[in-house]
Amino acid sequence: MTAPMTVTDTPTGPVNPGSWQYRQLNSRAPGLSYLSDALSALVADGHPVMAGTADLQYSNGLARFAARHPDRFVQFGISEQNMVSAAAGIATTGVMPFVATFASFLGLLCCEQIRMDIAYSALPVRLIGHHAGIALGFYGTSHHATEDLAIMRSIAGLTVVNPADGPQLAAAIKASADHPEPIYFRIGRGQEPNVYEDLPDFQFGKAIEHETGSDLTVIACGTMVHPCLEAVRALRASGLSVGLIDMHTIKPLDRDAVLAAAERSRVILTVEEHNILGGLGGAVAEVMAEAGTKALLIRHGIRDEYSLIAPPTHLYRHYQLDAAGIETVVRDILA
Amino acid sequence: MPTTATAAPAPDPMGAERTLMPAPLTPETIAHLEERARHVRLETIRLIAIAKVGHYSSTFSCAELFATLYYDAMRLRHGEPRWPDRDRFLMGKGHAAVGLYPLLADWGFFPKELLDGYTRLGNPLGDHPDMTKVPGVDFSSGSIGHALSAGLGMVMGGRMMNRRFDVYVMLGDGEMQEGQVWEAAMAAAHQKAGNLIAIVDRNGYQLDGQVDEVMGIEPLAGKWRAFGWEVHEVDGHDVAALATLFRRLKQDRTREKPACIIARTLKGKGVGYMEREAGWHLGYLAPEDEAAAIAEIMGQPASPAIPREAAAQGDAR
Ligand SMILES: Cc1ncc(C[n+]2csc(CCOP(=O)(O)OP(=O)(O)O)c2C)c(N)n1
Ligand SMILES: [Mg+2]
Repeated sequence: MTAPMTVTDTPTGPVNPGSWQYRQLNSRAPGLSYLSDALSALVADGHPVMAGTADLQYSNGLARFAARHPDRFVQFGISEQNMVSAAAGIATTGVMPFVATFASFLGLLCCEQIRMDIAYSALPVRLIGHHAGIALGFYGTSHHATEDLAIMRSIAGLTVVNPADGPQLAAAIKASADHPEPIYFRIGRGQEPNVYEDLPDFQFGKAIEHETGSDLTVIACGTMVHPCLEAVRALRASGLSVGLIDMHTIKPLDRDAVLAAAERSRVILTVEEHNILGGLGGAVAEVMAEAGTKALLIRHGIRDEYSLIAPPTHLYRHYQLDAAGIETVVRDILA
Repeated sequence: MPTTATAAPAPDPMGAERTLMPAPLTPETIAHLEERARHVRLETIRLIAIAKVGHYSSTFSCAELFATLYYDAMRLRHGEPRWPDRDRFLMGKGHAAVGLYPLLADWGFFPKELLDGYTRLGNPLGDHPDMTKVPGVDFSSGSIGHALSAGLGMVMGGRMMNRRFDVYVMLGDGEMQEGQVWEAAMAAAHQKAGNLIAIVDRNGYQLDGQVDEVMGIEPLAGKWRAFGWEVHEVDGHDVAALATLFRRLKQDRTREKPACIIARTLKGKGVGYMEREAGWHLGYLAPEDEAAAIAEIMGQPASPAIPREAAAQGDAR
């Protein structure tokens, strides 16, 4: 039927190498290498790690792990639900499975398998939802995940982590070796600039405070931490007292960090690449409302709508989820 | 985005609407279908140049399928994307939509100018087809595996409403790995959905490599037969064979079994190096490479390598 095709990192045909981008993982999405490298580090430390994906080993970079540890890698083909339930079965044997696919498919298509087979069953499966939010740009609604935090957060017994960059993901994966609960890791597309150079420690449920301020505190997660950091620096440079918290763990949420910020600042602004309903903004709202804080809460993100299609950076600009947009949002609030 | 086409109604390229007894398959028809398939490939190259990244090879493998369906098999009315008796087309492999849009525009379902803004902010045309944005798209897709179920639903609804249309669902061979496909396959046979036609684009490759290495799907024909389907295998690049088969299926009004066509294709068909490298599932042709690809599609011998420094960095990000 088909002549055998070659699978290489560079094209062999009569074509400009720059034209051909798919497998050039490290140059196109350097953040992806952290996932495979962190899993390899766990293997080196003697942990019984297995990794799997559903026909997306180049999108999530697990091809690197597969090449190093073929005996610890499972290719499930395009069968996400099968993969997630199989991961639960794998976990019953004492193996620690990490399974990865686009966040839209992992968090939405496989929601029930995650609840029944993994969370309810209390099996320490690690779920990696990548290209979360609107990172898949003009692939459209089917590939956008702006609901996954809300869904995963309402599943009892599941830890929900949204690292800001590759180094934080790597640190969280390292820390997960001693974490008894199943975990949902929500990550970006590997093209985000790093916030952290190196993170020796990661503590689930312990937020990282970057700046403190009395006018407003930004609480951000995931891919939004970097643009928020840039925006906050610009705002502080212009004399505003603006703080920033990286709320990498959505569940369990760091209540103390939220309440301390609400004590200190007049306004709390949550920023997430997610619907403003039910995700980070929702979680922070619950804490603030129950404690009766005086600070005002404003949630910034996708406003309960299906996002438009466009290249990702164009969408971030459109939804004011880039540094300039976030800075404008804060200035408008404080004006 | 207007929901009704604003373009002046151009003549239907194949007659106002297809009759149940089509004219014989003439050399002119065959030449026309081949030209339409070339049009799909050329437009795919033109539109991906706007997006700066796209699914060339997935679209090239089904260019003849698109052409034969939209210019010979399907009953459609020019400029009437919502005509209730139209035949329906769904694609489980929605990532090939870039090749479908030019045909929908040609049918007058939306203004051709929209093609020029493919994937740009505010434009309805994205990497996957979206029925809420694009007139003529019968069902949205992007999450692989749903389309056959949705197509079956159209058959069932049409049956209750006493409408006689056929429903064509194009599936990827990697898509065969999704469990939902087989739930739909079982249900369609049970429902005697004789006017449901599944087409598997058996191009042999998926994202991570060769289908049979990623997750084997053979014996494929045997699986569909065991699920109660009538199975046909055909060369998916032979428009005469495709048109003959689609016409036969359309004329057979007594069939109770749904029909599955396994179309043997080449992923990347038409551009030699894409046919030989799985990595082209996602790619971007810089201008010089684009020119060489177009020349090859137009039947000129492939030009030799064009070494250059670096590609113009696109704005796909
Ligand atoms: C549910 C789901 N999982 C994963 C993907 C990502 N994806 C897009 S195309 C593709 C491979 C498709 O292969 P195949 O069905 O053989 O189609 P081809 O492009 O070869 O025609 C994958 C895995 C998706 N779109 N939907
Ligand atoms: Mg295929």
